[in-house]
Amino acid sequence: MKERIVELEEKARKLRVSIVKTLHKSQSGHTGGSLSAIDMITALYFQKMRHDPADPSWEGRDRFVLSKGHAAPALYVALAEAGYFPAEDLMMLRRLGSHLQGHPDSKSTPGVEVPTGSLGQGLSMAAGMALGLRLDGKENRVYALLGDGELQEGQVWEAAMAGGHYRLDNLCAMVDANALQIDGEVAKVMNVAPIADKFRAFGWNALEINGHDMAAIIDALELAEKVKGRPTVIVAHTVKGKGVSFFENKASYHGVPPSDEELPRALECLGCLED
Amino acid sequence: MSSNMIATRDAYGETLAELGAENGDIVALDADLSGSTKTGVFAKKFPERFFNMGIAEANMVGTAAGLAAVGKIPFVSTFAIFAVGRAWEQVRQSVAYPKANVKIVATHGGVTVGEDGGSHQSVEDIAIMRAVPNMTVIVPADGVETRGAIRAAAACKGPVYVRLGRNKVPTIFPPEHRFEIGKGCELRPGTDLTLVTTGLMTAPALAAAELLAKEGISARVVHIGTIKPLDQEIILKAARETGAIVTAEEHSIIGGLGGAVAELLGEEHPVPVRRVGVRDRFGTSGKAEELLKYFGLTPEDLAEAAREVLARKRV
Ligand SMILES: Cc1ncc(C[n+]2csc(CCOP(=O)(O)OP(=O)(O)O)c2C)c(N)n1
Ligand SMILES: [Mg+2]
Repeated sequence: MKERIVELEEKARKLRVSIVKTLHKSQSGHTGGSLSAIDMITALYFQKMRHDPADPSWEGRDRFVLSKGHAAPALYVALAEAGYFPAEDLMMLRRLGSHLQGHPDSKSTPGVEVPTGSLGQGLSMAAGMALGLRLDGKENRVYALLGDGELQEGQVWEAAMAGGHYRLDNLCAMVDANALQIDGEVAKVMNVAPIADKFRAFGWNALEINGHDMAAIIDALELAEKVKGRPTVIVAHTVKGKGVSFFENKASYHGVPPSDEELPRALECLGCLED
Repeated sequence: MSSNMIATRDAYGETLAELGAENGDIVALDADLSGSTKTGVFAKKFPERFFNMGIAEANMVGTAAGLAAVGKIPFVSTFAIFAVGRAWEQVRQSVAYPKANVKIVATHGGVTVGEDGGSHQSVEDIAIMRAVPNMTVIVPADGVETRGAIRAAAACKGPVYVRLGRNKVPTIFPPEHRFEIGKGCELRPGTDLTLVTTGLMTAPALAAAELLAKEGISARVVHIGTIKPLDQEIILKAARETGAIVTAEEHSIIGGLGGAVAELLGEEHPVPVRRVGVRDRFGTSGKAEELLKYFGLTPEDLAEAAREVLARKRV
């Protein structure tokens, strides 16, 4: 397992490079929240989830909902790496006519299950999938990744209530708790703490981890699957902009792509010297 | 016409801050987008009268209704898609139904939001707000009109929806222009047909009239800054005198300016009408300029619509 973790860490590093290059090319999009989420997305797509890039609508697949849809670049680089579409397509992110829309669009992109981008809606859709799959007697699991600022939306808590009420143990929410949103610190804009306790109060199993510790992410996902009779939330403490030192913990890099001047420095931070 | 460019949201930010200094009852609410909507300018000057409600638009609108109920004049801002979309029923029940004195100033309307894509491009907000009783709906063309509209919204009593844009647009109105709720303005005389426009489509309409003039077609341009209440007189006069109408808006052709004008003319004075706008589709990612082309919202598209409506008038 130790070797596998190292492989996944290397995969995540490679995907960070890809995020930075993709956003530099598009010159539009969300850098900070893509870099904070990529370790979790790597763990899901390259270790935990059952899925088939050659057959995106395969019935046996687990489902992933990127509720914080503005981190679309993180999802797209993972889908490309997995083989859902050619990596060259990433260079068309956010362009007119591209299948890679600014926010995930299920009618455009293979591998995207539902559209997101309007925050607060993803966990409801994930819960609906979990309900439907259970109704069909299926074992497939459903994962939803949310932002911590996103938790301010009331609908998230309506979904949390429903998930607890219907005991959706095939549902796992992950919170990218990077402590920042657009206007500043989550705690100062509109405090959402304590996150884990709130979910617990709605009947969820709650785990707290370091969202950049690959082994911890995998462990938490395994644990979540074992818990029966209630859904699990993994509150993952992360660093917005993780991996690129001058993007880290800065709200100002929320929706700003790397500039020409920043690109080589950003790639250097990620141990990528080829360019 | 002045050539200077300013985004309507920037004009809003400055005007709101001015109003804040003039009237201590003015408060502002935002949902984690104060840098983009420009309520941040007000927040800096009057931190105690600014409430960042977090990413919780429905609660923000409800809170504004409560503030209005105790005598405050709340300005509520976020992107148009979230103000009208996420908070629609709060706007209807808590604001419009009791005629609460809440001003909803939404930025990033229409397809010129650009790269964020269809999820973020409101092409139906004008229609939705227009359908709500008691709601005044204003779509300014430029910075000057925005300043006037924001002042008028603050001065009048009751719910107002103002739709603003993300990008810089040319200034059309002279600085001394006086905005009046419910009053359209004729920006260019003409006899063969009338281009009736709103928001950022008024500038391309003036350019289209110029193109048409070269072909010997005399196009009147009427700007409608207030979609509701609609200036029926100026539109009926245009229909009577020019006999053909083209409407243009950065919005669906369903239910917005085009819808309002077609409804009016259908009942009062039927003439050939052509609605230029987004043709019942969602937006998509791209640069603002590319999208205006893609959705058929350029001066050339307006001129083509004018020729088409003129041909129908002549049969
Ligand atoms: C309903 C809604 N309101 C506002 C926005 C605009 N918006 C996009 S990202 C964002 C901040 C998100 O913060 P958080 O959830 O913490 O994401 P992260 O820090 O992971 O990027 C906001 C307000 C939106 N996309 N949807
Ligand atoms: Mg965050």
